[in-house]
Amino acid sequence: MPPSSRSSEFAAGVRAQLPLLLGVTPFGLAYGAYAVDAGLSTGLAQAMSVVVFGGASQFVGARQMAGDVPGIVIVLTTLLVNSRHMLYSASMAPFVEHLDRRWRWLLAYLLTDEAYATAVVRYRQAGQAANAHWFFFGTALALWVDWQIATAFGVFLGKAVPEEWSLGFALPLTFIAIVIPVLRDRPAVAAAAVAGVIATIGFRWDYGTNVLVPALAGLAAAMLVATLGPVRVPDDAPEAT
Amino acid sequence: MNLWIIAFGMGLVTYGIRLSVLVFVHHTALPGAARDALRYVTPAVLTAIIVPAVLYVDGAGAFSPGPGNERVPAALLAAGVAWLTKSVWATIAAGMTALWLLQWAT
Repeated sequence: MPPSSRSSEFAAGVRAQLPLLLGVTPFGLAYGAYAVDAGLSTGLAQAMSVVVFGGASQFVGARQMAGDVPGIVIVLTTLLVNSRHMLYSASMAPFVEHLDRRWRWLLAYLLTDEAYATAVVRYRQAGQAANAHWFFFGTALALWVDWQIATAFGVFLGKAVPEEWSLGFALPLTFIAIVIPVLRDRPAVAAAAVAGVIATIGFRWDYGTNVLVPALAGLAAAMLVATLGPVRVPDDAPEAT
Repeated sequence: MNLWIIAFGMGLVTYGIRLSVLVFVHHTALPGAARDALRYVTPAVLTAIIVPAVLYVDGAGAFSPGPGNERVPAALLAAGVAWLTKSVWATIAAGMTALWLLQWAT
């Protein structure tokens, strides 16, 4: 996709987010229903979606609030659960460094798993050029709006989508569609393989370490493989005559 | 402690994490190796989310990598479609259709 106008970048960003909403919407419904079930007021359940805007951490937070866990523990748990976003922040930084502060504060607020996954694909194609940040804004805002509406439906109507539909599976499917094309070199394959294995072993680890630790191990594996370098015949090997 | 204050604290640390390198610490201040590694954030983080969501029944239940877990063949088919088409919609369509058919058949 070549560089284009602000509005077409924004629209392309929204479009890129639509498939992810298929999986995120039932998650938002489930969060809203769960938070109210756990005893949070409707106002607080909804406010968490605006103030925190991080699905897994909102689930864990609502559960801890219901269990009278000390506030400082809840906040520290949130810090751990959402710490993977530091990787997104660092990964996105070179692409947005030319933008002014207001833009970076806005995009940081909207930076989620889903926004990162779609925006980084666009930046890999377009670099800093043109209006790619409008794509980032569009794809991130689409998720934000969907998350707020899904939370509200969950809060007021309960789970509206039956579990048997398995719509939540659309989210890992979308991530599959994003990951497969980036498995082009050995470090990327190593990162995915190591992260996948450790995430399977550590699925029930607490406080978000079940994603953070596998991800860091995957990054370490990628660096190791990149350092070892490809096995190849030296270019200056004498040719047989 | 007031639950609203806790929620505000949760939001504050989350926003702080997201702001960290985008606003507070310039990315060029990171060690070179860390910056190189960031190229692989997509396969590392997303695969850590994908694989357990497939290998555990309904993404939450018992560990079940083999027969009886319809998500495994559905995800493998989806991966093949992603490889061939590079299309998100085609991948979702293939994976969801396979999952529904397998669930319906059992």
